[in-house]
Amino acid sequence: MDDTTTQSPTNDPPALEAVGISKRFDTVVANQDVNLRVEKGQIHALLGENGAGKSTLVNILFGLYRADEGEVRVNGAPVRMDSPHDAIDHHIGMVHQHFQLVPVLTVAENIVLGHEPTRGRGLLDIDRAATEVGELGKRFGLEVDPHATVEDLPVGMQQRVEILRALYRKADILILDEPTAVLTPQETDHLLEVLRGLAAEGVAIVFITHKLREVLAVADRVTVMRGGRVVGSTTPAETDQAGLAEMMVGRSVVLRVAKTEARPEARVLEIRDLHVRDDRDRPAVDGLSLEVRAGEIFGIAGVDGNGQRELVEAMTGLRMSDSGSILLEGSDITGCTPRQISELGVAHVPEDREKHGLIGPHSIADNLVLNRYFRVPYARRGLRQHDAIDDEAERLVADYDIRTESIRAPARSLSGGNKQKVITARELSRGARLLVASQPTRGIDVGSIEFVHQQIVGQRDNGVAVLLISAELDEILSLSDRIGVIFKGRLVAIADAADLDRAAIGRLMTAGTDAA
Amino acid sequence: MSMLTRYRWWFATAAFLVAFTLFTAEFQQPQTTAVLAATLRQSTPLVLGALCGILCERSGVINIGIEGQMLMSAFAGFVVASSTGDLLLGVAAGIGCGMLMGAFLAFLSVSLQSDQIIAGTVMNIAAIGLTSFFFQQGRSLPSGKTSMIKLGPLADLPVVGRVFFSNRPLTYITLLLVPVLWYALFRTTWGLRTRAVGEHPSAAETAGVSVVRIRYMNLMLGGGLAGLAGAYLSLEAVGSFERLMTNGKGFVALAVMIFGRWNPVGAWGAALLFGYANAVQTQFQFRGWLADDPQFIGMMPFIVTIVVVAGFVGRARPPASIGQPYSRE
Repeated sequence: MDDTTTQSPTNDPPALEAVGISKRFDTVVANQDVNLRVEKGQIHALLGENGAGKSTLVNILFGLYRADEGEVRVNGAPVRMDSPHDAIDHHIGMVHQHFQLVPVLTVAENIVLGHEPTRGRGLLDIDRAATEVGELGKRFGLEVDPHATVEDLPVGMQQRVEILRALYRKADILILDEPTAVLTPQETDHLLEVLRGLAAEGVAIVFITHKLREVLAVADRVTVMRGGRVVGSTTPAETDQAGLAEMMVGRSVVLRVAKTEARPEARVLEIRDLHVRDDRDRPAVDGLSLEVRAGEIFGIAGVDGNGQRELVEAMTGLRMSDSGSILLEGSDITGCTPRQISELGVAHVPEDREKHGLIGPHSIADNLVLNRYFRVPYARRGLRQHDAIDDEAERLVADYDIRTESIRAPARSLSGGNKQKVITARELSRGARLLVASQPTRGIDVGSIEFVHQQIVGQRDNGVAVLLISAELDEILSLSDRIGVIFKGRLVAIADAADLDRAAIGRLMTAGTDAA
Repeated sequence: MSMLTRYRWWFATAAFLVAFTLFTAEFQQPQTTAVLAATLRQSTPLVLGALCGILCERSGVINIGIEGQMLMSAFAGFVVASSTGDLLLGVAAGIGCGMLMGAFLAFLSVSLQSDQIIAGTVMNIAAIGLTSFFFQQGRSLPSGKTSMIKLGPLADLPVVGRVFFSNRPLTYITLLLVPVLWYALFRTTWGLRTRAVGEHPSAAETAGVSVVRIRYMNLMLGGGLAGLAGAYLSLEAVGSFERLMTNGKGFVALAVMIFGRWNPVGAWGAALLFGYANAVQTQFQFRGWLADDPQFIGMMPFIVTIVVVAGFVGRARPPASIGQPYSRE
């Protein structure tokens, strides 16, 4: 496996090396004898599906987890990694998938945290911190206002803060965990450019992703993981997208969803001039109008945090709207309770499945009847009918291919993909009129993605109106019949999917206008 | 948001109290002075308790055991002072006892990651039991309680002189601690790290800050402040130890902390309000006004607590991670 030695450009020891790393969580083997070599000045892509063990590996490299076996070497010398503090001491920086920033602190405060400039005796010198942060940003093309509060910044900016934080600590090894998952195509391009610049200055970069396009565009070397093991290492020159996908999944996969022409019928959902506020009482949905017909998929593309969540919550009765109306087959459902809306035939696959889709500690069976447990035959005179519930659960587990030992197991014990199947089964098995699917494939494996996509297209073909909200542009493009781009709470463009290309949508997502 | 709108309730309350005070001072100066001096006295343990709460919660740990820390420290301080005759030693014992209990809370909630509410409740129950069991009637302080210190000519100023510049040592220390802790919390590296740990511990940890160390440190420092509050009660306010002498002050301190929005200066303002309600109550009883219903008057401070916490505070945003044990994996 360790064939990189011969291709090492110099005789320097690798900047960062993992040797024989193994890590178990209870009974789950997350890493098994993993080897990784990252050279100075090289961008090394770590590719794999969710659950392949990439995050576990980099968390070990950054001292957040401790390996059960194996060794981490920095510049050839074995090092102890007991905490992130040790990693930082060895000039390893990490950009986390879930940003590790304190929302209420400023950019400068976040960046210097733990390594603060002082005026002696612990007195924080925040002015010096701000100046240094400003200079650093300018030098690496990562400008951001040092005095801004982090929670007020868009995700792309927050990511800059994460990168700057690592650079502020003089990191010459930079680990990025799925950095492009939250970015628009333009922001992604800019990030890749920044990374190339850093590599040119000699920084060793570990770049985790499951997006093949990016790997081929930027990586000097690729290591592919599957099921906690390294399955291969190659260079972009020696392979292509299909080859990488096969390595990653272990079988050949269909990257595009097969679907026929849509046959839209009557209007099912109509939203007129909707205004909704977010948790902090600021306008999030700001005069949004749209309509979705039976038998079509309407995709909403947009960077996270442009009002998608509030829109979905208002539609499903989870949040009050300020003004405007939401019509379902002509009748106003604005201000109805979630139960009423659900009973009217609105299926909801929520964005955060752990929080809003499932009751984790409850059984899979209970979760499968969560939208009908109160009705005959699942309950009679207020008493739950376990036989009816179990029969229904067994049927759904079989129909939707939910992989579990028992319907009695708690829902939280399922993998991400199977959790999503539980939600999909519950919501779709009841004959929906409208399906609201928010980020339906976020963080699930390729096999489950295929399944969920087929379900969505199948619903459309059965005459259900589908509103799809996703930050994954590829998903929007491959599923939608019509596309609306959301920017700052409004749809800045609505068009047939065929009339929009990647670049145009990307510009609309970031700037709200198609002017290049 | 401008300062004016953000703190409008503060300004409104302060303006009302100043106006009311001026109004009463017009025709009853001695009483007004007495009420204001009592306000400061009554607020002192509340401020200290709230500061303890701020240190703990800003680092992400709920300390519901402030009451117990105060009570135990009041007892420890009194026992040491009465047996050695040294008040300073007594105060040190109070602080030390508070810190020890802070360390105990840290051990339970940080190291063992047990439920923070239960850990605090355990301390409260233990404090009541232990102090009642070991309490001996008839002990006294050989040297009396801490003595008044008049700050030179300042003490001769009308009203203000008696209220602010003729106090006992622990009261002065408390008045000093408020700005000192505010500065420490918002202008030092320790403060930045504390706030980061309380808001988002894993972010702090990845930035190289030890969550465990910060929490231990803050819980012990906070315990020390609660200990000081206990010492204040037995060695400065009363001059002896009585069963259950904290009488809910540790819990009111939590309300004070919330009303002050986890800010030392805010908590001071809030404590003055509660102290004022208490002082007016005492004055009412002393004068015999509404003498038929002493219980009703005695209820006043608690009504103020309920109204303030339920109504005025609005949506105070506590540190995001409070109550959640932190573990890395």
